Amino acid sequence: MFSIGLGHYLTLAAIIFTIGVAGIFLNRKNIIVILMSIELILLAVNINLVSFSIFINDISGQIFTLFILTVAAAEAAIGLAIIVVYYRNSGTISVEEIDKLKG
Amino acid sequence: MITHAIFFYIFSFIAIVSAIMLTVSKNTVHSVFFLILDFISISCLFIMIGAEFLGMIMLIVYVGAVAVLFLFVVMMLNVAQQKNEWFSARKSNSHIPIGLLVSLIVFFELIIVIGGWKYKTNIQDSISLNISSELSNTHSLGNVIYTDYILLFQLSGMILLVAMIGAIVLTFRHRSGLKRQSYIKQISRDRAEGVELVEVESNKGVKIDV
Repeated sequence: MFSIGLGHYLTLAAIIFTIGVAGIFLNRKNIIVILMSIELILLAVNINLVSFSIFINDISGQIFTLFILTVAAAEAAIGLAIIVVYYRNSGTISVEEIDKLKG
Repeated sequence: MITHAIFFYIFSFIAIVSAIMLTVSKNTVHSVFFLILDFISISCLFIMIGAEFLGMIMLIVYVGAVAVLFLFVVMMLNVAQQKNEWFSARKSNSHIPIGLLVSLIVFFELIIVIGGWKYKTNIQDSISLNISSELSNTHSLGNVIYTDYILLFQLSGMILLVAMIGAIVLTFRHRSGLKRQSYIKQISRDRAEGVELVEVESNKGVKIDV
């Protein structure tokens, strides 16, 4: 209980990952919250990599985290740009009403 | 040791609660605030276990840039306040129990993997980049990034450049009624289309159409 090991960090990452996945599954209204849930999932992956890197004393996990951080920032920028363009064209970003591809 | 445990539990409790509040709160602006709180508490955890550089970079990149970007988009699209919960659908709510079930199964699978997991016996031999105790975290990261991982580092810079150009190209638009300066039109003018000689009759003037 009071000696924090690798398992504690992995459990925390698993909980945050699950909350992110549930946020994507359950959301029916707002696509921006879905993007934020994706950020949560990437955050959980980062926690895993950093805690492994610290606990087995190898720095390459932290370098991977740095690259994931870069890609996550790029992904957020592009995703928000796509949302802005979609809102401008259709006037809504509700997940339920994004059904143009259904035909 | 005990302070480490106490702070771990405090920060992880804040992180989990704010993650849940992010997904269930009705107002998008509140969701962004809880995202910021989540990132701050996770970066506190990173700093606590000895990855200071990554904790600080998380603060700068996520809280300083990404969360502010989210706030700007929420502000511009005017979608902050919604009438009801995010996860109540228009017709039937049958996706809620199934979604909860699937995410619970995902969680238990992860917990099983974490619980029944061991290091392989010769893990110390396969470590190539040991963390030295003399250098600081930033110093040792810099030693590796600018030597072994230099190509990947440059490549991530290219990814950021492409993302920047992509975001600008996606959101840029030409309005039709707008008067714009066009350099190619300006410098390719010649005398024939720029100047016109008109015989002006007296007391009549010249009709100018633009």
